[in-house]
Parts: sequence; C-alpha cells; structure tokens
Amino acid sequence: MNAGPDYLHEGHSLRSWLLSTDHKRVAWLYLLSVTAFFFVGGTAAALMRLELVTPAGDLLAADTYNEMFSLHGIVMVWFFLIPAVPAVLGNFLLPLMIGARDLAFPRLNLLSWYIFAVGGLFTVITIVAGGVDTGWTFYTPYSSMFSNSNVVLAIVGVFVTGFSSILTGLNFIVSVHKLRAPGMRWFRLPLFVWSLYATSLILVLATPVLAMTLMLVALERLFGIGVFDPALGGDPLLFQHLFWFYSHPAVYVMILPGMGVVSEIIPCFARREIFGYSVMAYSLLAIAMIGFLVWGHHMFVSGQSVYAGMVFGLLSFLVAVPSAIKVFNWVATLYRGSISFETPMLYALGFIGLFSMGGLTGLVLASMAVDVHVHDTYFVVAHFHYIMVGGMVMAFIGGIHFWWPKISGRLYPEFLGRLSAILIFFGFNLTFFPQYIMGYLGMPRRYHEYPPEFQIYHLLSSAGAATLAVGYLFPLCYLAWSMFRGPLAGANPWHATGLEWQTGSPPPAHNFATTPQVTRQPYAYDPTRSREDRA
Amino acid sequence: MPDSRALRAQFDDLGQQREAAALGMWVLLATEVLFFGALFTGYTVYRLAFHDAFVAGSGHLNVVLGTANTAVLITSSLTMALADVASRSGSRRAVIGFLAATAVLGSAFLAIKGLEYAQEYREGLVPLNSLVFSYSGPDAERVQMFFNFYFAMTGWHSLHLLIGIGLLIVFIVLAWRGRDRVRLEGNVRAGALYWHFVDIVWLFLFPVLYLVR
Repeated sequence: MNAGPDYLHEGHSLRSWLLSTDHKRVAWLYLLSVTAFFFVGGTAAALMRLELVTPAGDLLAADTYNEMFSLHGIVMVWFFLIPAVPAVLGNFLLPLMIGARDLAFPRLNLLSWYIFAVGGLFTVITIVAGGVDTGWTFYTPYSSMFSNSNVVLAIVGVFVTGFSSILTGLNFIVSVHKLRAPGMRWFRLPLFVWSLYATSLILVLATPVLAMTLMLVALERLFGIGVFDPALGGDPLLFQHLFWFYSHPAVYVMILPGMGVVSEIIPCFARREIFGYSVMAYSLLAIAMIGFLVWGHHMFVSGQSVYAGMVFGLLSFLVAVPSAIKVFNWVATLYRGSISFETPMLYALGFIGLFSMGGLTGLVLASMAVDVHVHDTYFVVAHFHYIMVGGMVMAFIGGIHFWWPKISGRLYPEFLGRLSAILIFFGFNLTFFPQYIMGYLGMPRRYHEYPPEFQIYHLLSSAGAATLAVGYLFPLCYLAWSMFRGPLAGANPWHATGLEWQTGSPPPAHNFATTPQVTRQPYAYDPTRSREDRA
Repeated sequence: MPDSRALRAQFDDLGQQREAAALGMWVLLATEVLFFGALFTGYTVYRLAFHDAFVAGSGHLNVVLGTANTAVLITSSLTMALADVASRSGSRRAVIGFLAATAVLGSAFLAIKGLEYAQEYREGLVPLNSLVFSYSGPDAERVQMFFNFYFAMTGWHSLHLLIGIGLLIVFIVLAWRGRDRVRLEGNVRAGALYWHFVDIVWLFLFPVLYLVR
C-alpha cells in the first residue's frame, strides 16, 4: 500500500507551497503567518509592559501607547487568536480526523489564506503608516469622527480578513457534513472536530455583522455617510451592540477550538476514554449558541437599559454551565487514568486551571453591580487574558506539540518542551495574576502612567511578561530545529486512537492509502495497558 | 468517462460533490443574511426612533421607478430559474440565452437605479462629503440619516447585483467554450441560488424603504 510521497516531499519549489491546495500545506502557510503576527503583537505587548515598569510615562508617549495597545489587540485577535487553532491545526487535522482526502473546497481554502494575507498586509501598512489609536474595539464616535490615526486602513485589514474567516468556516461546515468517511457518524467525530464545527457556525454567522459595522464606520470617515454621526441622531450604542454581537461570539471562536485540542490531549495521556463524550459535544454547541445572546454584558455601564443588563447578566451566567461541564468532564477523564506528563499534557493541564480561573472571574464580571466597580480596569484585562492566553494560546502550543510528530514527521526535544511549558505557566501567572489585584484596587486599563502605589503589581507583571517571552521563544527555536534534525517519529508515537494517527507521519498527499472504515468511538483508550502494548 | 474531468479528487462521486457545492452556497447565503441583517437592524432602530423623519424621507423616493425595478428584478429571477432548468435538460443555446437575458435584466435594474440616484442627486438628497445635503423640511438631520441608510443599503445591494452579473458573464463564456454539462449545471445552480437571494433582499428593501408609512 504505497500512497506516494508524503505531503512535505510532493514538491520543493516555492510555487509548490504558495499555490498548493493541499490542506496540510495551506495549514503551514497559516502557521508561518500567524506565528509572525504573534511576535508582532507580542512586541507591542512587550513595549507596553516596559513602559509600565515605572509610574511615569517615560518610554512611550501617550499617543504611542494608545497605538501599541490598539495594535496589540487588533493583531492578536484577528491575526493570531481567531485563525490560530482553526486555520492551522483545524486545516491540517479536520480532513484527517474525518477520514477525507481534503476539505470540500481546497481552492477556496487556499484563497482564504490569500485573503488573510491581504488583510494582514493592510494591517502591516497601518503600522508602517503610523498606527491606529482607537483600541481594537473601534468605538464610535471616536473612531468615526475624532481619531486622526489610520482608522480606515486598519478597518480594511480587519474587514478583508473577516472574509477569510467566513470562507474557512464555510469550508469546515461543508466538509464535516459531506466528507465523513464510511462509519464516521456524527457521534463518532473527535471532539476537536465538534469544536471546529461549533466555531465555524460562529464564524459564518457573526463575522458578517462585524464586517458591515466596520464598513459603516469606514463609509462615515470616507464619504460622510454618517450612520453613527451623533449630529444626525446617530447612536453610539448601536455601534456597540453591533460590534459586540460579533465580538462576544468571537471570544468563543478564541476558546472553543482550544477546548477541542484539550479534549484530544487529555484522553491520550490519561489513557482513558473521554468522560461524557456526547455531553462534551453538546456543550460545545451550547456555548456557541448561548454565546450569541450575551453581548450586552460588555455594555453594563454604557447607558443600556438596566433590565437589558439583567437579562444579559443572567444569560452570561448560563454560559458557565456548559463550560463547567467541560472542566468537570476533563477532570473526570483523568480520574483513575494512567497519566503521564509529556509536554502536550502539561499544556492541557495548565489550560484546565487557567481557563477555570478566567471563567470564574467572568462570572464576577457578568454580575452587574460588581462590574460597575471593575469595569475598564485591569481586572477585565486579567480575566480575558486568562481565557485567551492562559486558555487558547496554551491549547494552541500544546496542540502544536501533540500533533508535531504528525505535521513534521519528527519528534521535538521532550525536556526542552516540558521546561518551556512550565516556564510559560509560571510566566503567565506572574504576568496576569497581579493584574487581577490591581484592577480590583482600581487601576484602569489603557493608561501609560499610573499612581506609584500600583508599581509593585506592574513590576511583577512586567517581570512575568519577560519570563513568558522566553517561554515562547524556546518552542520557536527547538521546533525549527526539529523540523529538519529531529529524530523520526513514526506513524503514531503517542499510541493515540484518532484517524489522523492511522496514516503515515507526515501523511501522504491524499492523506490515506485507502479510505478508512470507522467502526468505533474516537477515544478507545485502555488505562490498564501500558501505552506501548496498544497500537 | 465524461464524468472523470468533472469529479474533484476529494469527492467519491458526483452526487456528493453536487450536494457539497449546494450546501456551500447555502452557508454563504446564511452569511449574507447577516451582512444585510446588520443594516436592517440599524435601519429599524432609527426608524422607530425617528418615525416621522423617515416617512418624510421615504416620500422623496421615486416609487414608480422603484416599482418598475421590482418588476425587472422578479422577471430576472424567472429567466434565471429557466436557465437552471435548461442547464439540466435543455440545449446549451437555451442556457446561454436565459443567462444572457438575466444579465441584461440585472443591468437594466442597475441602470434604473442609476436614474434614481441621479434624480436624488439633482434634488440635493445625496449625503456625500463633498455634496450639500439640501432638504428644506423639518428634521433635516434625521431625514439625512434616512438617506444615509438608503444609500448604504441600496448601494450594498447593487454591489451584490454587480457581482451576480459578473458571475453570469463568466458562466456564459464557460458555456460558450463548451464546458461539460455536469460542471455547468453545478455553476448555474449555485449562481441561481445567489441570484434569487439578491432578488429576495430587494423584495425586503423595496417595501421597507419605499412603501412603509
């Protein structure tokens, strides 16, 4: 059963990579570009943390600081977090996991990356042209009437990239519906596929609202068609409603795929079937759906009706139910498992702890009365970084390690992997835990100078950020080394059960020599047998 | 096998491929609904807040041309549906004929829309940067808000129609060059779904902007 050369050796020219419609190669294009953007956004964060070491505004001017946090937000949200897991790991794994030869629309998939690249180009131009200072939220009327920065350029970047999200979501939905291998019933799908499906629904249904809203801001700036212009009776709250109708569900785009990754890693390294598989799948869908109904919790102090606020608060509490189910089920999966602590498992366990922390403080923020106190403080900043960095980035790097043998065909150095996982965990907590405290004490976000009593917290936070930076640079270096020099991995080094492990590492161009027949649940692990016994 | 060229590697058979293409188009239309949904939501909010001004603004639209345009667009949906039927059972010439008729009707819609825009421009009702919005009645700012929405919504719709006409021209060229029936049928079906969607959006825009009092 010779399936031809593996996908890495299908062709070596630049053209064979840039014009390939192979989902595995497109995943590489995304991997390289989101990694680049991660370090761009990270640099902006590093400059902010440097500025905040001292209470005085000495390193960055106020305007520059505003541009830094806007740049950090825009790049990290739209050019890293949203595409990271879906477009890199999802692209690579979804067809493999459902036993397909490719996505339903491979050319559209490549086009998505080019659209992403054009959007990214506009963002880079925005940076070179002098940046944008509205924050990633582009609130009107500041963004539409008063800001003197490159708002339109930044909006065009986000708008264009939105189409790449939509097309990726469309591709995933159609692939899951139409390309499953024989025997791959809906409730035999790996939870990672379920998470991508839920994510895709959000991408397809929420992104257009953002695109339209931002386009209206651009129309106002360019042509004076001022839908949000207060002089004409335009309502800034309308902008906020439309913006958060997208951006709250988008928060779940930035966590659901991470949950999917963790749901793959935990059973493998605990050697146990996932606890409550179908509930895990339903809770992913529930989070995606309830996520569309909670956007008003971003607007408790905006002048929105108190009754609307109460409803949004209650609905936000409701999201905690499926989220908590997931946490309990991961923990229950570990119970009586045969646990080993390889790098991906360290990231997954870190994810559970940090996500719980971020989720629980989310409940604090969803309580209207408390939110009035901590609104727009570092408490909020810490909360969403626990979800997005502590959750999603941990899951992304964990997933990269878990599937690295599949993607590259090679092993990474395990010791360095564990070291950087631990470094990232400690660096992360050192960066963001003090932010909870200073936020609760009243330190507002988005200021480049602050009263001296907050310095100790800012200092700890900046020290943590430096640790985190080192932790992120490690994998970049040793994975690059492993790509060319790492020891060969073999088809299934983790003795994992997913379909993606039933083919070669790296997989052949069309994934499987023969279309696989699926006869069992995705997590047929047995904790009583050592890993090596199971093939 | 005439089918081997049409079947892409990731699919097992043509039926699966056809279903995937149709589902893909439906998902795209779901996205489009939310694109327009954002505009309709904004319009509704302001219409409820500034009812009288929006009615006054609506009174300055040309209902005759709007009605004519509605008729043109519905007729184009008929010819598009006929093209879809012809792509499955009729002759290639019939397909090309119906596609061309649809494209002509679509262009006629845009031409009439252009006439309307020109008329509104002469009356000083176009709220662009460089132009003076001159409305003499009460609540001029709120009326301008109506026209902001009118131009944003009809403009976005016209852009969709323009894309649709572009698609039709591509299909006509493909059919002319002798594209195999299986692929042509898939193209025309996807194009027809899109065209009908753009038509239906207009069927909401027309009463909402021109008729409701």
